[in-house]
Amino acid sequence: MKNSLTTIHLRVDGRPEKISTDDPTMPLLYALRDDMGHANPRFGCGLAQCGACTVQVDGVAMRSCVLPIASLEGKSVTTLAGLGTPDHPHPVQAAFVEEQALQCGYCVNGWIMTGAALVDKEIHPSAERIKAACSSLICRCGSQLAMMRAIGRAAGENV
Amino acid sequence: MTSRRGFLATGGAALAIVAVPEGFRAIAVAAGEEAGGAERLATWISLGRDGIVDVYTGKVELGMGVITGLTQIVADELDVAMAQVRMTTGDTARTPDQGGVGGSTSIQFGANPLRNAAAEARRVLIAAAADKLGVPVESLVVGDGLIRATGGASVSYGALVDALASAPILKVSGEAFRTNVEGVAKPKPRSAYKLVGKPIARLDVAPKVYGSFRYSVDNKLPGMMHARVVYPPSVGARPLAVDTEKLKDRGDARLVRVGDLLAVVASREWHAVAGARDLNVRWSAPSTTFPPMASLGAAMWAMPVSSQDKVVARGDLAAASVGTTAHEASYVWPFQSHATMGPGCAVADVTPHGTTIWCGGQKPFELKAGIADLLGIAPETVRVIFIEDAGSYGRGGFDDVAADAAMISKSIGKPVRLQWMRSDMTMWGPKAPAMVGKLKAGIKDGKIAALDLTVRAFNGGEISSHPDSAGNFIGGQMAGHPNSKPRVEYAVYGKNSGAYDVPALHAVAELVAPLAPAVSPLRTTHLRDPEGPGTTFIIESFIDELAALANADPVAFRIAHLSDPRAVDLLNRAAASAGWHAGVAARAKSRSGIAHGRGIAFATRGDTMVATIADVAVDTKTGKVSVTRLVCVHDCGSIVNPRSLTGTIEANLMQSMSRSLFEEVTFAGGAVTSRDWVTYPVVRTRDLPGRVDVVLVDRPELPPYGAGEPSSRPTAAAIANAIYDATGARIRTAPFTKANVLAALTAQPLA
Repeated sequence: MKNSLTTIHLRVDGRPEKISTDDPTMPLLYALRDDMGHANPRFGCGLAQCGACTVQVDGVAMRSCVLPIASLEGKSVTTLAGLGTPDHPHPVQAAFVEEQALQCGYCVNGWIMTGAALVDKEIHPSAERIKAACSSLICRCGSQLAMMRAIGRAAGENV
Repeated sequence: MTSRRGFLATGGAALAIVAVPEGFRAIAVAAGEEAGGAERLATWISLGRDGIVDVYTGKVELGMGVITGLTQIVADELDVAMAQVRMTTGDTARTPDQGGVGGSTSIQFGANPLRNAAAEARRVLIAAAADKLGVPVESLVVGDGLIRATGGASVSYGALVDALASAPILKVSGEAFRTNVEGVAKPKPRSAYKLVGKPIARLDVAPKVYGSFRYSVDNKLPGMMHARVVYPPSVGARPLAVDTEKLKDRGDARLVRVGDLLAVVASREWHAVAGARDLNVRWSAPSTTFPPMASLGAAMWAMPVSSQDKVVARGDLAAASVGTTAHEASYVWPFQSHATMGPGCAVADVTPHGTTIWCGGQKPFELKAGIADLLGIAPETVRVIFIEDAGSYGRGGFDDVAADAAMISKSIGKPVRLQWMRSDMTMWGPKAPAMVGKLKAGIKDGKIAALDLTVRAFNGGEISSHPDSAGNFIGGQMAGHPNSKPRVEYAVYGKNSGAYDVPALHAVAELVAPLAPAVSPLRTTHLRDPEGPGTTFIIESFIDELAALANADPVAFRIAHLSDPRAVDLLNRAAASAGWHAGVAARAKSRSGIAHGRGIAFATRGDTMVATIADVAVDTKTGKVSVTRLVCVHDCGSIVNPRSLTGTIEANLMQSMSRSLFEEVTFAGGAVTSRDWVTYPVVRTRDLPGRVDVVLVDRPELPPYGAGEPSSRPTAAAIANAIYDATGARIRTAPFTKANVLAALTAQPLA
């Protein structure tokens, strides 16, 4: 038996989007990538363990691989590409380029979107605070030190 | 080995998929091959009238900045800006075969043909300019692709493309990693380079940070189906019955079966994911039972030896041991997982007219042969195009993903995008081999007189790092292809790590048979620096034990056994950089509260040398080890890009620290139980050292040597030796988990 269609309205990187799905439990990640053509949130684990799929939902960093699409009605989603551009970078993005803070970069959505949410919300978070905010992110290449420096740099400049 | 000759024979059908930007190109790439060990320049470099230099290389970017480094080298040789260089990488229809990526050789060897071809192109262009301007070659200067005469006349590279088209043939030598070409021109001396040696930003970092970079997961074809595989729960288990009832709720999702390989395909990705998740399969029992994990070391010593290599047999052990103080110890290094950050994604389009594969595998040309063998088609009809996936460090699972995708595409007659799920990679991806070491030594007059060691391991080449046959792939094995081309690869102590001067040294490497003949989640292959981290842990821990036995400072003891001035210099620099306080280790050992200690380890890999000093804090109650500081002194000859090199080494220190402290593949019965990031833990931000110093030794008088892997070698032993310094207990089983550290503390009480 085929499921009936559910329609969800949300904004992604500032633009209105409408998603029709036969499964309201489908994670946001697949709607973003497969239905809307957003490339940046990437599948890493599907278990909210690694962060490669991270987006901001109303300014809060969240794992799109486990967020049911039905929970996004009326929400505003920001992806890495919507966070900033080379001409108008988010301070965390600028700092990642300054610090050359990645190896393969497959994980980078997690670190940048989480770091950006932190420095947008808190004034001068400490190094320990930054570490804690990123405590459940994975980087298999080992770029964590550079990424901590980058977010710290952005935190210092973002006042 | 795939021949690097004849890649131009690729069928027109495949070429049409990604059209070569022709028209304004002065030279079609397909002009390249000449008979008899000679090639046209255009195989490597071509020039457009727009002044853009197209470079074709079999090397690919894996996240360490290799393509940036190669671009620096070519731009310097040609006197063009880096922005004028466009790299085409790892495409079996468009680039030469350089053996793919491996062994940290991409700059050391892989740059040579590019450097030589660029030098030759510059020579030809300047000669043509001299002709055109009617001035002597010596009077010309070049910058940013513009050739200027002293009188003010000038001509651009782009206006001279015809000269390049008739350039002399290059002489070819070597194979695979050591492929080289040479023309008449000699490359510039290092002192004439303006870009090489400079801390230039990597070309791929900003696009990755701003989200414009496209990975293999972002590749889509019209009419493409999404696929997910359904792998068995245990070794050798076969599907006995499949219930597809739940697929009815998932759009056009359907089951695909190729031998024992099961997959669900659907035109929408989530339908494939959910369909595969919900598929109800009855599996047969595992084909074998693995030995109990807790006694893996003992099990390995009890297994029959399948092959043996006497790597070093120097001097007479018995004679040299007379009158010495004897010492022996044994060590265990676990199975470890690639567990790549992305679990792997490939697109395959298998048609009667030709097959194209897009994926992140490190060896596109060998994968081409492997796919042809798997599908039973002619290699000439297969094209493999590299697209960067998550970082990979050897024979990860990306080739397996590509093979699955190819079989599924062939089965359904449509293009297929297959992404593995997390457990497919962590549980079923190939593994780095477990190994055990047994060492005996005799000390006399403060020096090692005799050293006898045996390292026994699972075969590092059970799954060959060359994915050129059907049985190399896990899906190929599930479809019934035997693993017909394993290579014998030992955990070798000797040429690569035998820097110490010991009068009598015997080193034996032994292999034991795989735990299962086929479809095993514990099949073994290369993971970053194939056997180096394990063997270096074994050797450098033991050297440290001997230093303590000789009542010697660990740094001084090592220097006393080294004659290479580069090695001695490296260790002295390491001690100075870390503020090493000379003395016998474990002077201040403690078993209460948090115990602090420091240890050193040294390793060579090829011509590269690394010394790492670790500071640790050991919680003697819980066994928790925290690495508080690392100092890594690194000599890889001359440095192409110090900024990207530092980034690679720093990341490698964290990755190798992760492997030292946390990483071991767990298994029980016939199943691997490491399936995700909870059951296969790796380093997290809370584990980061407070300070990490990467100290680069630049030796402009030397060639560039390998740099991706060497710094993964000494980390584990440096940490283990620091744990000894802190507690007086030797930790001889990796990783240094709380349980393993507590076991060592309990077994070795302080007197």
